[in-house]
Amino acid sequence: MAERFTKSMARNMYMGGSLFFILIFVGLTMDTVRQLPERDNRENLTEAVAHGKKLWEDNNCVGCHSLLGEGAYFAPELGNVYLRRGGEAGFKAYFKGWMNAQPLGIPGRRAMPQFNLSDEDLDALADFLEYVSKINTNNWPPNIEG
Amino acid sequence: MKYESQAVSKPYFIFAIVLFVGQILFGLIIGTQYIIGDFLFPEIPFNVARMVHTNLLIVWLLFGFMGAAYYMIPEEAETELHSPKLAWALFWIFAAAGTLTIIGYLSVPYATLAHITGNDLLPTMGREFLEMPTITKVGVVIVALGFLFNIGMTVLKGRKTVVNLVLLTGLLGLALMFLFSFYNPENIALDKYFWWYVVHLWVEGVWELIMASILAYVLIKVTGVDREIIEKWLYVIIAMALISGILGTGHHFFWIGAPEYWLWLGSIFSAIEPIPFFMMTLFAFNMVNRRRREHPNRAATLWALGCAVMAFLGAGVWGFLHTLAPINYYTHGTQLTAAHGHMAFYGAYVMIVLTIISYAMPIMRGRPNGNSNKAQVTEMWGFWLMTVSMVFITLFLTGAGVLQVWIQRLPESGEALSFMATQDKLVLFYWLRLIAGLFFMAGLVVYVVSFFVGGDEDPQLEKDEAEAAAVAAETA
Repeated sequence: MAERFTKSMARNMYMGGSLFFILIFVGLTMDTVRQLPERDNRENLTEAVAHGKKLWEDNNCVGCHSLLGEGAYFAPELGNVYLRRGGEAGFKAYFKGWMNAQPLGIPGRRAMPQFNLSDEDLDALADFLEYVSKINTNNWPPNIEG
Repeated sequence: MKYESQAVSKPYFIFAIVLFVGQILFGLIIGTQYIIGDFLFPEIPFNVARMVHTNLLIVWLLFGFMGAAYYMIPEEAETELHSPKLAWALFWIFAAAGTLTIIGYLSVPYATLAHITGNDLLPTMGREFLEMPTITKVGVVIVALGFLFNIGMTVLKGRKTVVNLVLLTGLLGLALMFLFSFYNPENIALDKYFWWYVVHLWVEGVWELIMASILAYVLIKVTGVDREIIEKWLYVIIAMALISGILGTGHHFFWIGAPEYWLWLGSIFSAIEPIPFFMMTLFAFNMVNRRRREHPNRAATLWALGCAVMAFLGAGVWGFLHTLAPINYYTHGTQLTAAHGHMAFYGAYVMIVLTIISYAMPIMRGRPNGNSNKAQVTEMWGFWLMTVSMVFITLFLTGAGVLQVWIQRLPESGEALSFMATQDKLVLFYWLRLIAGLFFMAGLVVYVVSFFVGGDEDPQLEKDEAEAAAVAAETA
């Protein structure tokens, strides 16, 4: 690098640049938190949904599935599974049947464990997945297959 | 080794490599499960094996970073470490906590582990990469505090070099951002937003400070280039890393409920994230070309150069491929993400830890000029086997990802293939990836073997190199 560009100039670029962008990032985070209520479907965040999220975490669902595209890529996206598998009319029945049928035991097929969840728990988990499907995700995923 | 207390980094490096081997074993298991879906089911379900694979990676890199700090900081500060005893105690605590956590993953269902470790009291588990039980997280914080105290005191009482200050800042940032792993709101949108404070601001933020400072340190040692020049580069690189990387977090906020302006901000700033990595490549090659000595540890130089190149390719190029919002809309959460993740982690963080190990381990083993030529050649075979295999793993996953986007993401609803049907179409790529993974494992075995290859005799420079070095020494 040219001699005109000194080490102290480089240091100032580092200090000033990072401080400047940290402050902007904090500001944008505050603005995001302020705007989230209009986007994150929190009016439907019931106790059952919160319990469903806890079940989602306690059973490490994200270890195989993705949720809004984040997680593992071994099993289907579940952010929109509510819409893909029946929605208002049929999702809960489908979901309970599916969960209780695991593992399917088809040789060579990717296998999902049996988590032995109660009927109440399955309801809560389904509520959680319905809740997630109604978050404003800028129209992601591009189609119903997730 | 200038200071006796630097030797405390040795167990950290050894344990890091042991965990690295475990990480790759579990990688091979999940690579197989991608093809034979019920392989090892129900004994080791995919989610458990993947969790072991990713968490071992994180933990062994942390061991590597700590080992690097214990080695570099006393030498840079020109004083003994504040407390080698504390460093040893923390080593055993961290090793025990890590081992117990892995045993927990493998021996009981995850929900049972969550229950018996008190996840109901303070739920932090079950989120990607942060799966470890809450009590393990508390343990990590305690170890981090003790570690930062130890190296912080060492820096304070000694010479304050730029390398030390940047390394310390990176490690402080690492500990600070980890605290967000304790914040787990019931609202998934908020949860995801702040989860990235740990994950992104680690790997595309403060870890880059750690990486750049280790690279700078090793380049000072192996090239003999003036410290002033290296420090100037270091400042510019980390400036660019933070200027691009902090708002670059926005590329994770596209589809998780955050406002639309992140589509623009995330795209623009993450598009400049390759710059610091490109500068690291220029930096490494420039310094080696301007070297004022021929360091006989050529394996360490190879790792340093390789690290800079692979970090640029994996983090920079493969990151840029799918970072712009209109592209990411289709690629988000596909095998392209996996492709990028593999090469970025290997190039940037695995290779930087192996760089400092390659430089420091021979010195700690009483070989100040590096291992014997034979041992170095073996190590370089390990380097090339692992690195080339990782290139192929990345290419095959990229192929899988492109095809996945093509048949599952691009068509309209009704015409797009389902996730599971798509996976069946990708199986050839998964086979090729698994084969590349086996070659990677072979490379890792060769690498480990290189530590046991007779290395007592001093490495010899080629005749003309030795003459050039002598001439350089005379004219300097």
